[in-house]
Amino acid sequence: MKLLTGNELGSGAVTWWTGSGWSIHVEDAVDVGEGGESILHAEEGARRVNAPYIIDAIPTPEGPRPAHIKDRVRALGPTVRPDLTLKPADPAAGDWII
Amino acid sequence: MYKYDNYDQAIVDARVAEFRDQVNRRMAGEITEDQFKPLRLMNGLYLQLHAYMLRVAIPYGTLDSRQMRMLAHIARKYDRDYGHFTTRQNIQYNWIKLEECADLLEELASVEMHAIQTSGNCIRNISSDQYAGAAADEVADPRPWAELLRQWSTFHPEFSYLPRKFKIAVIASPEDRAAMRLHDIGLELVKQDGELGARVFVGGGMGRTPMIAPEINPFVKADDLLSYIEACLRVYNRYGRRDNIYKARIKILVHEIGADEYRRQVAEEFAHVKTLGIDPPLAELERISAFFAAPAFDAADVEPDRSDPDFAVWLDQNVKPHKQAGYAIVNISLKPIGGIPGDASSAQIDVMADLAEKYSFDELRVTHAQNIVLPHVAKRDLYTVWQALREADLANANLDLISDIIACPGLDYCSLANARSIPIAQKIATRFADAERQRDVGELKLKISGCINACGHHHAGHIGILGVDKKGVENYQLTLGGSGAEDVSIGKITGPGFDEDGIVDAVEKAVEKYRELREGDERFVDTYRRVGMDPFKEAIYG
Ligand code: HEM
Ligand code: SF4
Repeated sequence: MKLLTGNELGSGAVTWWTGSGWSIHVEDAVDVGEGGESILHAEEGARRVNAPYIIDAIPTPEGPRPAHIKDRVRALGPTVRPDLTLKPADPAAGDWII
Repeated sequence: MYKYDNYDQAIVDARVAEFRDQVNRRMAGEITEDQFKPLRLMNGLYLQLHAYMLRVAIPYGTLDSRQMRMLAHIARKYDRDYGHFTTRQNIQYNWIKLEECADLLEELASVEMHAIQTSGNCIRNISSDQYAGAAADEVADPRPWAELLRQWSTFHPEFSYLPRKFKIAVIASPEDRAAMRLHDIGLELVKQDGELGARVFVGGGMGRTPMIAPEINPFVKADDLLSYIEACLRVYNRYGRRDNIYKARIKILVHEIGADEYRRQVAEEFAHVKTLGIDPPLAELERISAFFAAPAFDAADVEPDRSDPDFAVWLDQNVKPHKQAGYAIVNISLKPIGGIPGDASSAQIDVMADLAEKYSFDELRVTHAQNIVLPHVAKRDLYTVWQALREADLANANLDLISDIIACPGLDYCSLANARSIPIAQKIATRFADAERQRDVGELKLKISGCINACGHHHAGHIGILGVDKKGVENYQLTLGGSGAEDVSIGKITGPGFDEDGIVDAVEKAVEKYRELREGDERFVDTYRRVGMDPFKEAIYG
């Protein structure tokens, strides 16, 4: 599957395209198939996302898993500061990255 | 400490106002990201893996307690309560919001600080010896020279679009604590027949093609120095490889045409530049030097009471001799075992600011090894300072030991990374947590970069580690025998790379081999140089 991701313009936060808008949770991301480019241009033009790009991901029961480790780090947060990730209460969350 | 005059303040304030306008236009959609990116980079603002990252310049690594407190305030108000001190003696914040960045820079400007020229193909923050003004072995204080170069290079119109970024270091001691010869230009102040001048080295650097800068001139007189450096930059600006980003640094130019030809061209250009009269009058250098006058040292020369054994260990490891009797240089390690090298919390930054104000004539330094220095502490105050540091988890007695690791942000933060650096540093430090074992191993500079850009100086590590991407999996190469000090050298790769646990084991095997082979008081790197790679290779790959 293919996901569309980027950063919020004002806050810089990592965001994922949900089909109707943007979410900071990769679990909400949807497969954009071959339609990513046109969504990307429209959303970037409207400044609802900054520096967007399309990535490969693998569907799993828990939600999409980005194919590249860099995007998994982006999806969760720094592995060395679990307290600053999106899942601060789950000490094992970092295992998902590796 | 240098103090801004009205002109300095005016240009920094004007820059904040200009950037505020640029941010507003970006937020309003009047300019695109392609148009805005070079503008934000000129103000130190990157977009990294999780958010915007801001790099703040700390000129030649020197700051006062008011500035240090501002760094803590910024971490608290605009970031997530911490900052990362870097190998270029700067600080980086990892979670900055574009919407708030102009306010942040305005607060920063109120304490004579900024983020200008911390990115882009311009002359970056000048780095220097963290012991400047305190070191017993310096021939002069390098900071007035670093400050002069800062003023000369700030908004230098001719050098705002160089072929590539440009880094200058100035030292004034035979002992090199600033990796001087791994800079685009390295200056070592020296005296010849009582006259002050500089040895000039050009074309050093790390990155994908590490090179040690050759000496281009053994002695440039003080009043010719700016003209000479101007000439060095001009030759580079004209002939540097703008066609290929991987060959665009000055080291490639000097290497390709050769040091002799480069020297000849610089001499020719210098003869011309000298007619332009850009060297400042001696009075200006004297004006700048006055800001760096030695503080009013008056403490009696008393030896500290060593009866507390933990204090005595810290004293031996982290405290260095000062040129003034009665005083000492205190190194504050930002490398707690298992911690993140170079990170400090707002509260810790405040503690260091308070200690500087009370006990170090209001001065602090950032080191290229990502530690902090209190340069002028009276010996009678050392125990008090140590106790306060210990309270704040800042009293690690590991300076220059294997757990005093330099590590770049790596894949935990950096968008260019191949692999994570910080977890490797944490695992190695934890493996060698035993304080006695570390001290027995002695001086060992371990440096880790998450990609070939070498921000973590791995080429210059006695032991260096480089993160590479092996089909999407993190992998680590090991190098031995590098040094960033006066015995400068570039490390050599041991062989095939390792996974995360494998690299920690490999480091331990190399260290144990050294303990077995060392003679007398040889350091790790001395033994390596004597016996060569083979015994280590055998121990590691066996
Ligand atoms: C996280 C954002 C960072 C980015 C995007 C970044 C980018 C780069 C790049 C592209 C290079 C290679 C440039 C070249 O060879 O022309 C480089 C080199 C370097 N960076 Fe960084 N860097 C970052 C963080 C840091 C940090 C945190 C430090 C200090 C710990 C640092 C210090 C250096 C040093 C010392 C070099 C080597 C310069 C040389 O080649 O001589 N950088 N960086
Ligand atoms: S060495 Fe590479 S991974 Fe590390 S900070 Fe520099 S660019 Fe990023």
